[in-house]
Amino acid sequence: MLEIVTHIALVTLGVALLIAVVRLVKGPTLPDRIVAMDLIGVLVVSLIVVLAASTQVTATLDAAIVIALIGFVGTLAYATYVERGHPE
Amino acid sequence: MIDALTAIVWIAGSAFALLAAIGVLRMPDVFTRMQASTKASTLGLGCLLIGAGLQFGDFASFIRVLGIGAFILVTTPVAGHVIARAAYLADVPLWDGTVLDERRDHTAVYPPSTR
Repeated sequence: MLEIVTHIALVTLGVALLIAVVRLVKGPTLPDRIVAMDLIGVLVVSLIVVLAASTQVTATLDAAIVIALIGFVGTLAYATYVERGHPE
Repeated sequence: MIDALTAIVWIAGSAFALLAAIGVLRMPDVFTRMQASTKASTLGLGCLLIGAGLQFGDFASFIRVLGIGAFILVTTPVAGHVIARAAYLADVPLWDGTVLDERRDHTAVYPPSTR
């Protein structure tokens, strides 16, 4: 039973990832794209967590930690870039 | 028992993640999109992490799961606040139905020479 649930969760997360990519491509302003990028980071972390739990490989969780860290720092960097300059 | 609990929590978590993505797609401006994304994604990832912790059941992975959860809980509000502030200061237009904008007559946080 858990196998089916794992597949459902992975497919749902994949659909969510696709929707976030639609916003990333469409987003009228740069902050919209940053929000979408942040959401994509969280969704990738959750995909990795589900995969790690279903394959029982603990080392995969370290990758999730690293991606969460890099996503946060990247969001801060993008936000600083938006706040400082007005690129035309 | 543990499998059933994990199944419930994973379904809830992935549903929350999907709702966050739909919110980001459908909401009318940056600020509403951001609040959909931050709140729902932390709740969704929290549910998925609880399920993963139940599935692993050993101490080393439990600590890692706890670490990811604590990190996401601390950083997501900070990131959301920073994005909202940057978007507001960059004069991103608000939604037409916005009823309250307390910083409408704001003076810039940084003087123009340093921006």
